[in-house]
Amino acid sequence: MRIVIIDDSGARASVLEEGLRDAGYDDIHVVPPRGAFVARLERMAPDVVLMDLGNPSRDTLEEMLVVSRALAKPIAMFVDQSDDSMIGAAIDAGVSAYVVDGLRKERVKPILDLAIRRFNAFARMQTELDDARTQLADRKTIDRAKAILMSSRGLSEPDAYALLRTTAMNQGKKMVDVAAALITASDLLGGML
Amino acid sequence: MTPIRIAFLGLTDAAVLIAAREKGFAQAEGISLDLVRDTSWATLRDRLVYGQVQAAHMLAPLALAVTLGLSQQPCGLSAPYKLNVNGNLLVMAPEFAAALEPDTSARLNDPLATAYDFASAIGLHHRKPIIGVVHRFSSHALILRYFLASAGVDPDRDVILRVLPPSLMVEAMRAGEIDGFTAGEPWGSGAIGAGLAEAVAASERLWQRGVEKVLTFRTDWMESKADTVDALLRALAKAALWCDDPANRAELALILSASVYVDQPIDLIGRALSGQIVARRGEAPVDLPDFVLFAREATPFPWQSQALWIYSQLVRWHMVEPSEDAQARAAAVFRPDVYRRALAASDSPMPGASMKVEGSLDAPLAIGGRKGAITLGPDRFFDGRSFDPDRIEAYLSSFQVKR
Repeated sequence: MRIVIIDDSGARASVLEEGLRDAGYDDIHVVPPRGAFVARLERMAPDVVLMDLGNPSRDTLEEMLVVSRALAKPIAMFVDQSDDSMIGAAIDAGVSAYVVDGLRKERVKPILDLAIRRFNAFARMQTELDDARTQLADRKTIDRAKAILMSSRGLSEPDAYALLRTTAMNQGKKMVDVAAALITASDLLGGML
Repeated sequence: MTPIRIAFLGLTDAAVLIAAREKGFAQAEGISLDLVRDTSWATLRDRLVYGQVQAAHMLAPLALAVTLGLSQQPCGLSAPYKLNVNGNLLVMAPEFAAALEPDTSARLNDPLATAYDFASAIGLHHRKPIIGVVHRFSSHALILRYFLASAGVDPDRDVILRVLPPSLMVEAMRAGEIDGFTAGEPWGSGAIGAGLAEAVAASERLWQRGVEKVLTFRTDWMESKADTVDALLRALAKAALWCDDPANRAELALILSASVYVDQPIDLIGRALSGQIVARRGEAPVDLPDFVLFAREATPFPWQSQALWIYSQLVRWHMVEPSEDAQARAAAVFRPDVYRRALAASDSPMPGASMKVEGSLDAPLAIGGRKGAITLGPDRFFDGRSFDPDRIEAYLSSFQVKR
């Protein structure tokens, strides 16, 4: 069975491709949705096409599926409309799947299940990565604010940290916001703080 | 507060939905409005059909197509409220447009002459021109086909229509993948502003009161939630009045420009709102005061004759097999009865009829409404034809290029 993944995020496509290969599918192609990608796709004559629901090129793909003379069998989204819960899960995960007419449900379901799991896992990874980046940036801001307090008020590092923390608690703000305000004020006053 | 989720695409003509949320009109009706931004019509359609959202900012022809089973999963949809009329531009690369009337104001104001120039320009072009359209079931694509065919151009043979989402049109022009496109604003103005294209036609000059985006529900959901639907329509009617008021244009353009909505520069968005269309980079704008309408002249009223005009075009271009059943189902997508029920107690203009002959008004006309006279704007088609919803076959057989 030939599966084509249309994706311009290399990372997500690899995560999905790897999962499909582990599950024993070996005829997998990744096509980025750029330029004349539908012509490439048409030549590949896929059995299943997987695409991110948020990809703006879905209308272009669907138009090709309607007008293509090269594709022997019509391809439609979600082969079995009766399985509402799976369709719901796919849309929640951001997966759209186009399947050739006549492909049996039992053959498609495992692919879609896998795509849903991998899309969800990728989304979680992305969130964790974003969180980690934010945490790192926050720590740098707090370190700078601490350094300003230590040099301008002669505080030790633990005391500077404690001062930032109590100020944040008293003002009902996040520590990083207090630190950022202090840095801005210090910059405005030309390091006089 | 009743929560409602509505899917939209980042276009200037989502203004009424966005204003309903941002200016508190929805909240005042007890609705907590959650707007979900999409980048393709396919995804907006799927969210509506599979119940992730309760309503959508939809291309009117797509609402008919889904109901008639022409666009993936068939699903009965209903449109009780039009979010705007007009608002699209056809733009072409300067190299192609060089063969057209050079005076852009004359070019936009005489579309029939421009259609003939366009036909000649196709002959002069080094290959078939590739024109981007946002969807086969879009008012843009249908009116473009009509425009081309009026000068003897067969839109399925003499040009290549390529489907691209609005947000990728400008980049496709830059990459030379298309020679021009037709899309909702601000994308045409974006390509003009970048010097990649010139305006060739404005939808308002092709059909002076052309149906565009409609608020669409799944019919079963709409029927089961009458109170919520009515409250939403009341909120939208107030938001539409606010959007149409020239005093609010600057604020509206600012709101729309936010990254969660249209995410484009304020001045580009303002061009469509004020009807000041810069047709070629560096030129003074062409004044098109009816470029996009939200409230005036009973704009939101879903005339069933307009749904039938769309149906006639689907038949004309062999996108649907004509039948009495299909025709009746197409007309029934537009729901003037729901509009009347929801807005009965409001000041909204309330036409007594549900159908009219489209394209028969040269000048504004006062007609009787259920709450006093309503003024309808001129609604001519660019070739002077009119569409009588009772005589669809005769209308279709009057065209030379039929396919």
